[in-house]
Amino acid sequence: MPAKYAIHHTTAKPRFRPIGKLGIVDWREDCSGCHNCVKRSCVYRLYRDEADSLRDEVGYLDYIYQCKGCLSCVQNCTKNILTRVVNPEYRRLGDGYYTPDLVLSTWYQAETGKIPVSGAGYGGPFSGPGFDSMWTDMSEIVRPTRDGIHGREYISTSVDIGRKLPHLSFADGQLNVDPPPLVETPLPVIFDRIPEHWNRGAVLAAIATAASEIGTLAVLGEADIRENEGSVRGQVVPFLTTPPAPTSPSGRSAPFVMIPDGPDAMAVQAALKRDPSAKIVAIRVPAVPTAAGRVADLARDGADVILLAFDSHGMEQGTSQPRHARDVLRDTHATLVRQGIRDEVTLIASGGIAAAEHVVKAIICGADLVAIDVPLMLALECRLCGECRRGQPCPIALEEIDIGFGVRRIVNLMAAWHSQLLEMLGAMGIREIRRLRGETGRCMFFEDLERDSFGRLFGKRKSGS
Amino acid sequence: MSILPSDIPGAEPGSPDAVTTRPEVAEVSREVRPAPPRYRNEIGKYGIYRASHCADCGRCVETCRHGVHVRPEGYLHVMRPYDYRCIGPDCKNSGSCCIDACPQGALRLSDNPVSGTMGDHRWTPDLLMSTWAMAETGRPPGMHLESEVGASGGGFDRLRFRFPDAPPPHLRREDITTRLPLNRRDDSRPRIAIDVPWYGGGMSFGSTNIRALLGKARVAKAFNGFTCTGEGGYPDRFVPYKDHVITQVATGLFGVREETIQRAPIVEFKYAQGAKPGLGGHLLGDKNTPSVAAMRGTVVGVPLFSPFPFHSVYSVEDHKKHLDWIAHVNPRALLSAKVSTPADVDMVAVGIYYAGGHIVHLDGSYGGTGAAPNVAKKNIAMPIEYAIGRVHQFLEAEGIRDRITVIASGGIRTPADVAKAIALGADGCVIGTAELVALSCIRCTACESGRGCARGIATTDDELLEMLDVEWCTQRLVNLYAAWRQMLVDLLYRLGLDSVGALRGRTDLLTHLDYENET
Repeated sequence: MPAKYAIHHTTAKPRFRPIGKLGIVDWREDCSGCHNCVKRSCVYRLYRDEADSLRDEVGYLDYIYQCKGCLSCVQNCTKNILTRVVNPEYRRLGDGYYTPDLVLSTWYQAETGKIPVSGAGYGGPFSGPGFDSMWTDMSEIVRPTRDGIHGREYISTSVDIGRKLPHLSFADGQLNVDPPPLVETPLPVIFDRIPEHWNRGAVLAAIATAASEIGTLAVLGEADIRENEGSVRGQVVPFLTTPPAPTSPSGRSAPFVMIPDGPDAMAVQAALKRDPSAKIVAIRVPAVPTAAGRVADLARDGADVILLAFDSHGMEQGTSQPRHARDVLRDTHATLVRQGIRDEVTLIASGGIAAAEHVVKAIICGADLVAIDVPLMLALECRLCGECRRGQPCPIALEEIDIGFGVRRIVNLMAAWHSQLLEMLGAMGIREIRRLRGETGRCMFFEDLERDSFGRLFGKRKSGS
Repeated sequence: MSILPSDIPGAEPGSPDAVTTRPEVAEVSREVRPAPPRYRNEIGKYGIYRASHCADCGRCVETCRHGVHVRPEGYLHVMRPYDYRCIGPDCKNSGSCCIDACPQGALRLSDNPVSGTMGDHRWTPDLLMSTWAMAETGRPPGMHLESEVGASGGGFDRLRFRFPDAPPPHLRREDITTRLPLNRRDDSRPRIAIDVPWYGGGMSFGSTNIRALLGKARVAKAFNGFTCTGEGGYPDRFVPYKDHVITQVATGLFGVREETIQRAPIVEFKYAQGAKPGLGGHLLGDKNTPSVAAMRGTVVGVPLFSPFPFHSVYSVEDHKKHLDWIAHVNPRALLSAKVSTPADVDMVAVGIYYAGGHIVHLDGSYGGTGAAPNVAKKNIAMPIEYAIGRVHQFLEAEGIRDRITVIASGGIRTPADVAKAIALGADGCVIGTAELVALSCIRCTACESGRGCARGIATTDDELLEMLDVEWCTQRLVNLYAAWRQMLVDLLYRLGLDSVGALRGRTDLLTHLDYENET
């Protein structure tokens, strides 16, 4: 058997004090000085050094990140002068989509490479918009492998990128067609272009190096590749803005390139394919309301790979009533299936893929694989504060980031995501992520469950609820 | 009957299963007695602050009906207010408001800032505090707390009961029965029935403080119900309560022995669990202490994985073989199968019946007490609210609904949840987190960190184990059960029903806030 695909992780401590959720505040003026301070008995030993580090502001505040909020000190204090508070900085982290919890969870995964684990059941909302209105299935008795998901047998997370033939044909016992080239990535996640304001220091180099370390791909602008010449190696997909410069070294040598969609996208693809080195061309299509039709047209005309670009929250672009990627992908997938061309084209979903579960869910909805951007930046400790976009200095000095550190953080995040993919695939009884594409039977949608369970009993669902 | 340390295999003096408190008395009373919180500063919704110009006149002590102000016999000063008992601004209209009564104007009421930092969507601060209040007093919590629903925005939290204008005139609360028969198969096995329509879920020796587990076993005895061993084996300290302990057979088969099967009135096969549907269990190496290792027949300090699924079961026929095995080892046991909630949960339930099961235990995806990957807790399998109705209808269509007991778990937090689950089609429920909250769990969810639970509940750390006391745990749970029963009876009374059995499947008594409710 070939070696199992595994992503090795090594702890990468954050460079800056992360923002924690909870902290303990005390009102010292009322302290009775009982010399029996309950903080000293903290199970997690967070306060052991507090007295020594009072002068050292950094050390003193460290515990705000580490406090687990067990309330033992608050509830045992002689004078009841301790209060637990939610860190206001925590509340300001991210936005409604990249919630503070999601940011912290991503930081944890980028630091440790491990799956976030907690006890006491699920405490979140019953369901939510987009991917939060899907539950993946499980099986009581069927398991994809005989000795567990980390056992000897394989659960494959590999996907192929490229055009596929509708069927093979033979003449005189010999294959008489040339199968188009394919790229295989061992993880159904590639790294998408990041917005310009994040392009500082070694960020791009770290992303590209991390991609090549784990065997996936990174999409980089042509100019970025030129700028980082030397440090950007490995599996880079140049994004060629029109008109493609056939002389550009990256465009020429790369086996896989990406171009923007446009009226002449197929002509550009044809021009690129005239290059003697067999090329795979991906077309980046903005996810506007007519995208399903556009994707089908391109696929029929012979497109290899189509990347459907949603906004950073996974929503459609260019409409006042955008749908979530969940629905657009299902629509697009179904359109391709109806036209009998689904298997010929590779569909990549980009934008709003924020967690491992989104990878699985996007694939269930019909994507072959996903591309990510914001999570890469979160892995590099970004706080999504937006200062860079306003031209202000980055509070975590991204421009000074060490490339090795950046690579470790991104690799760790992908290691944690890979483990989570295995968990979810294992529970579904699926051994091969390629087989999950469009498999909506392996998940349950909120509206279906509501209709079957409650619609039957209580009639119509109120609009807006 | 008492158990001496020498009876316990592998028990070193000072080890967690040595008898460190006095040996349990097998008799447990159902009587409600005050069980005050074990922390000095209990957290409530409000804070009452007494300024320094208090004249210690004691007017507040005389006025307050909720025990906020206390002056012990012979003391000059009034104690620091037990403000967690305060019912808040509504007290103004009750004529017993300390703030209005204070001649010095020295008392001030405010919200307790800590309470707002607690809990989550499913277990709101109010649900935590009302559970604590019930565990302390044995009575329903006050109206100042929302003690019926959480804020998850779906499922139980959006279902409400539709009460008739007035209950039937002849119905009396004391005639309402909450008894739940568990064996409906009409076979040779005992007709076991429990007094309240819920019992305690499995938590393993190794994951949870033995004293908390004993509290669970003792309340099961008091209420003629059950607790479950979980998959960590059968501690000998459970033996005095053996008629109320379910032996769980899970995929790791830890601690499953002939005698633990033979002494159990119910044997539960755990196929899957709601906390991590489709995934195996994992006891961290740190929690595998000498006593845990002895119980499970493993090596100290080694992390213990329970595989998924049963590697001896790959079909419903294999499942039948499993049940037959237990049925022959213990001819008097009822057979239960605990499953999670996949899309085909209805088929699974039917399969369990035809294989010979007495109880199908559905564990919904949002529940669980043990540590689990967050990705699984949130995303895998359906919430219990959907599964109950599916199974109930499917069993009815199959004509076997009255021959099997359907138990729902995974997110049952309140007696209102129990009632809603039953109205949707379950016979009864299993609870887990609610019991832990009664033992003052605050759901910080860090059960697996470091030495384990900082509150001494989900831990095997010697020092942290000391934080609990068996008697205290028992009384807190007895109080909780008593309060739940009282609330459930009250609910049945308002619905005009004389038994929990009459509530089963009565979806006509429910409404959903997100629906037009016109069918």
